[in-house]
Amino acid sequence: MNLALSDEQVFLREAARGALSRFKTLEAARAALNGEKDALPDLWAVAKEAGWPGLLIDESHGGAGLDAFDAMLVLGECGRVIAGISLLGHLPATAILNDAPGGAPLLSELASGERRAAYLPVCPPDDLVNEWSVDPAHGSERLPAPSAVSDGAGVRVSGELSFVPDAPGADLLVGVAILDGPRQPGCKPVGVAIEADATGVSVQALQRYDSTRSLGHLSLKDAPATVLDTPAEALAGAWYLAQALIAAESLGSVETALDVSVAYAKERHTFGRAIGSYQAVKHSLTEVLRQLENGRSLLYYAGWARHGGPQEFPLAASAARSVASRALDQAARTMISVHGGIGATWEHDAPLYFRRAQLSRRLLGGTALATDRVAGEVIAEADAA
Amino acid sequence: MDLDDTPEQAAYRAQTRAWLEEHKSEAPVLRGPGALKDEAEILAARRAWQGRLAEAGLAGVTWPKEYGGQGLGPIEQVLSNQEIARAKVPGILDAIGVGMLGPTIIAHGSEEQKSRYLGPMLHGDEVWCQLFSEPAAGSDLAAVQARARLQDDGSWRLTGQKVWTTNAHFASYGLLLARTDADVPKHKGLTMFIVPMDAEGVTVRGLRQISGEAEFNEVFFDDVALDSGAVVGGVGNGWGTALTTLMFERVTIGLGSEGLGYNSARFAAAIAGDEHARRDPEVRHQLGEIASELLAVRFTGYRTLTALQKGQIPGPEAGLAKVTIVSAAIKAGDLIADVLGPDALLEDSEWAYMISFLPGLKSAGGTEEILRNTVGERVLGLPPEPRLDKGIPFSELRSKEGATV
Repeated sequence: MNLALSDEQVFLREAARGALSRFKTLEAARAALNGEKDALPDLWAVAKEAGWPGLLIDESHGGAGLDAFDAMLVLGECGRVIAGISLLGHLPATAILNDAPGGAPLLSELASGERRAAYLPVCPPDDLVNEWSVDPAHGSERLPAPSAVSDGAGVRVSGELSFVPDAPGADLLVGVAILDGPRQPGCKPVGVAIEADATGVSVQALQRYDSTRSLGHLSLKDAPATVLDTPAEALAGAWYLAQALIAAESLGSVETALDVSVAYAKERHTFGRAIGSYQAVKHSLTEVLRQLENGRSLLYYAGWARHGGPQEFPLAASAARSVASRALDQAARTMISVHGGIGATWEHDAPLYFRRAQLSRRLLGGTALATDRVAGEVIAEADAA
Repeated sequence: MDLDDTPEQAAYRAQTRAWLEEHKSEAPVLRGPGALKDEAEILAARRAWQGRLAEAGLAGVTWPKEYGGQGLGPIEQVLSNQEIARAKVPGILDAIGVGMLGPTIIAHGSEEQKSRYLGPMLHGDEVWCQLFSEPAAGSDLAAVQARARLQDDGSWRLTGQKVWTTNAHFASYGLLLARTDADVPKHKGLTMFIVPMDAEGVTVRGLRQISGEAEFNEVFFDDVALDSGAVVGGVGNGWGTALTTLMFERVTIGLGSEGLGYNSARFAAAIAGDEHARRDPEVRHQLGEIASELLAVRFTGYRTLTALQKGQIPGPEAGLAKVTIVSAAIKAGDLIADVLGPDALLEDSEWAYMISFLPGLKSAGGTEEILRNTVGERVLGLPPEPRLDKGIPFSELRSKEGATV
């Protein structure tokens, strides 16, 4: 039993914290919200320098050969300072390629960060609906995954994907399409890699509420794609990896929100006492800590499960997402309320964390889908027992 | 990062499993077919079984060898608990004595006390109870009023009341926190005593709870005589001695939380059995939240173990796991009863029992409010509430509260 960070992991985390501290990411986020052009620093250069694009790529392909938990540590540091760094899109894409024996030729440039990939988030089937699905552009009904038809050596992919993290500016789009489907008998998911500048690919860049998140609506019309021989579990695994990564990133934001709130509760006095001495304030801050600690424990679970217990990875990653997302909601709202009125003003950092929380919980299937997936997984376990 | 045993742990586990395989037929059957019914019979069988476990080294795993323990670490204790659970046999009867009170005596007791009491405690021959809480001293434990007065011959006379005392109705001894000096501030005038439960003037009364069962007792002391050898850890040092017990209580709760049976698999099974509910989005949403939190607690436990393995003592944040378990289980009870309907509330239903047990559990081992205060102050470093009892002799404090000592 060992759930402690290794020395290498501590070093990775500290190095990430150090590298990101060179940038005023929060000020940049506010400037971007103010409409300043090019306000956000180019953090991809930092990622390249640090080797983060290749975190999940085998060493034989130029990567660092590390695992999900290491990537989660880096994402946590990004979340602490709300750094928009394109790893949320890039890393699951590299995981799909790394698990495909035929994906090797694409990997070295992605490992070095010369090229950047974006993951096409396609949610695997659950215990109720036997269908791969994508987030809709509007409303709550999930839509069918992109479909693929054979075309010589490759396939042509068609479909719409909405709110794809880090899609704008990506060189390669990697995800899942349904061969001869969807909704056809015998249809099967295949991994696909699509050059972003190929015919039939259009990416509409957009932003919602959080200026640090780069999102894109993606339209594929008979876009030529390379078929990847990624095993089906690894295709599903990319979805859960993305869930684990956004969970880690969210908990990083929780850490800062809590630190800042606690510091303020110690220094701000009312009626002759620090406000942190009042039970009402103290208990709301310990509630954030409780949710943070629960989330951290589940990050360990997810980090372990990806290779230590792959059949539990869907459960672990979904649970981590569910708890982390709620923790960030709680932390961001508590941060505002502990600071009083000032916490709700434009100049304060609290609204940046609040904006991050609001958007994060609605991306990649949303928190509610992750929570439902937890239920599906434990019900399936109960059926099997 | 891994969840696997080290080679040494695997060897310990294998040896423990082998012993349990060989001897589990000797264990008392408490549930299902062939279960013992008579309370006295159950008690005798569980005492005997604790004795067998102790002989095999599966009780007092962390106790020093000189007192009959194995001198091993908390990891081995957890491994042994896991194997006992896996073998589906009862654990030791006197978990409070062996887990909390024995270690307190080992830390603070005299050599005479250690050689007299520890052996029979470990083997289940003499069961112990913890006599700390009182009707007006729970969260504020240092406010205990049970009064022990020194006699001219060096003996003591004890008068007062304790409450929430598990196992008092069959315990041989209790470890009791009493006030011995009311004229000093309240944390200073306390002393820890060993009290024979069969002494004249001791009365035990069962305390029925919401479930209708009496798991706890009230214990009354009416001028009970204690000899000078009954003091543990020195006169006036009772608070420090009590903190040791509470530290072991935290470890016990932190490592034993899953033993309460509040886990995602059990709750999911109850929902999975209902064809409609298992497809209902609202039910699934609630189940998903409950299961996520309980899974988190399981891994918090593993983190605690990792810390113990490195020789660190788990801090008060381990108490937050209890808050999570209790609130998740309360939500689960509500959800399952909503799904099953009024039949979930049949008196002999496992859910009725759980639903009844949880409101009290919320306060057991420290109320949620006190836990959040402690964590807020010790972990987050927030300032304490201003206190009105600091530096004031206990007797003056009591008269301010409108009472007499």
